[in-house]
Amino acid sequence: MAKTLFDKIWDKHIVFQEIDSPAVLYIDTHLIHEVTSPQAFDGLRKRGIKVRRPDKTVATTDHNVPTVDQHLPIKEILSRKQVQTLVKNCEDFGIELYGLGHPFQGIVHVIGPELGITQPGKTIVCGDSHTSTHGAFGAIAFGIGTSEVEQVLATQSILQQKPKTMRITINGALKKGVSSKDIILYIISKIGTGGGAGYFVEYAGTTIQQLSMEARMTICNMSIEMGARGGLIAPDEITYSYLKDKQFAPKGDEWDLKLAYWKTLFSDDKASFDKEYEFAAADILPMITYGTNPAMGIHISEQIPTEIPVHSSEESYFKSLKYMGFEKGETMLDKPIDYVFIGSCTNARIEDLRLAAQIIKGQQKHSSTEVWVVPGSQQVMKQVKAEGLDKIFEAANIPIRQAGCSACLGMNEDKVPAGKYCISTSNRNFEGRQGPGSRTLLASPLTAAAAAITGKITDPRQFL
Amino acid sequence: MKNKFATVIDTAIPLPVQDIDTDQIIPARFLKAISRDGFGKNLFRDWRYLKDNSLNPDFVLNKPDYKGSILVTGKNFGCGSSREHAAWAIADYGFKVVISSFFADIFKNNALNNGILPIEVSDEILSLLFKKINDDHQLSIKVDLEKQVLSFSDRSVNFTINAYKKMCLQNGYDNIDYLLSKQAHIQKFEKENNQ
Repeated sequence: MAKTLFDKIWDKHIVFQEIDSPAVLYIDTHLIHEVTSPQAFDGLRKRGIKVRRPDKTVATTDHNVPTVDQHLPIKEILSRKQVQTLVKNCEDFGIELYGLGHPFQGIVHVIGPELGITQPGKTIVCGDSHTSTHGAFGAIAFGIGTSEVEQVLATQSILQQKPKTMRITINGALKKGVSSKDIILYIISKIGTGGGAGYFVEYAGTTIQQLSMEARMTICNMSIEMGARGGLIAPDEITYSYLKDKQFAPKGDEWDLKLAYWKTLFSDDKASFDKEYEFAAADILPMITYGTNPAMGIHISEQIPTEIPVHSSEESYFKSLKYMGFEKGETMLDKPIDYVFIGSCTNARIEDLRLAAQIIKGQQKHSSTEVWVVPGSQQVMKQVKAEGLDKIFEAANIPIRQAGCSACLGMNEDKVPAGKYCISTSNRNFEGRQGPGSRTLLASPLTAAAAAITGKITDPRQFL
Repeated sequence: MKNKFATVIDTAIPLPVQDIDTDQIIPARFLKAISRDGFGKNLFRDWRYLKDNSLNPDFVLNKPDYKGSILVTGKNFGCGSSREHAAWAIADYGFKVVISSFFADIFKNNALNNGILPIEVSDEILSLLFKKINDDHQLSIKVDLEKQVLSFSDRSVNFTINAYKKMCLQNGYDNIDYLLSKQAHIQKFEKENNQ
């Protein structure tokens, strides 16, 4: 029977299933971080049980960490305590931790792929909704709650209802200045924040096939922003060559064996999906959001809609504009920007920083705009230095910060003050997401870099 | 073992906003605790309190006329992050039931794992419910999990819930008890798949 890519991986991981019950699904890799794990470890202690497979569990610290002076103790007491709790839990339960000071430390969804832990055909979970990122390798990867983190620690399995399948096909060549961030913001603006709910999405089509792994990760990362359980892309030569020789990628004969299996991971021609969408790459231009959810996005030169968008309600739409300090029908271009954040699990990989550097090169940061460039991991930082990108940013008066989630979520020291506008390469523009009262505009690294120079919303194509 | 879910008859608190994300339910700066307790005081923190930390009198939780253990909210409730702290905050505040026309996937799971019953109704029923609560703040709502029936005024509507989840709620079981009982299967799977 013809199967989708999702079904092939799912079926291979069913441990047990009773009628009318969710499936017991085996988990190949469990990634953990300091925020959503302490209560799960507590649960294990209360039950007196061990972690079933510490060898399939990897931990890092990312959400709470400062992005300057990481060699000093974390100033904020609660953040420090949460990070220390993870260190203790990893020691007590025998889990590998890439904590502060470790060369592999970084944002959990950046390090998994770059270390070769993320591989095609795997099931991967983490107590973080952006776990969908790892789907870019043709894996079933999704975010879970802390009770589920405890389930996986205890049994290396999780109870899951099988989601429906959706395929989003994008064909054609991308226009100049359009990146994968624009593709996903465009898709979400068309489908809405709830449009993917109940589905696992496969991204396909010639546009996707031509994207680098970094670009694919940006797309899969934001699957959750349309409500989808996760997103995935069939592995291909681009995937294999990215993984080859990575730290934890299979080596020698094992590589050949794995590769043979990975090559079977695609949706069969006759496989059917519960829902399909198709878009043309030619219709996508640089995007920016104007509201307080990621579906409130428009082409950068468009005006804020005067009609209530299909996926919103009148009340939510006007509440959102009021929060942002915008009026319907206004033009976004040239609005002043106080902060620029280039980072997060969406856009803090080497390719994202290369894109930003391409625009920043030979320019100066705008005097009244604060600019934060935050690599996703120590490994990305190492590569930034190897390529001399740090010199390009520094020459523009933009010092590079140290790896962490940074200003994506207002949990560590990097916060955007109330009322200030921030163009951010992260994934969420919710009220207060980057700090109480902060106003977030989501965009690509190119668009963010352009604003860093001009201090206002700028079409990045004028710099290319 | 968690508390067993029994029939709820109570008044409700209406929050007719669509797409309420988990950052509104509990902002990230309150996620630094290492226990599950005490999140209720920061539930809807930035809507509930003004900038000077005084109570926002316009927010529904601060209006004395509205009380109850049932929260009625707009479509796509709980979208965004996977933080279970959102469900802990709702439970800790005292809510037992959340009614909406749509819940985000991860939130729904997290709610069920914490003994909160998320009930999905049609957009039409949701609008009617908001109207009825608006007309009578003391409107009594009955949630019968056994029969899977939600009743208010002269209306009774059925709701769906997965049979396994229902059994867990009614008996106070959790998934770990279930998974631990399947350890032999897990071991067999690992052996057969060279894991």
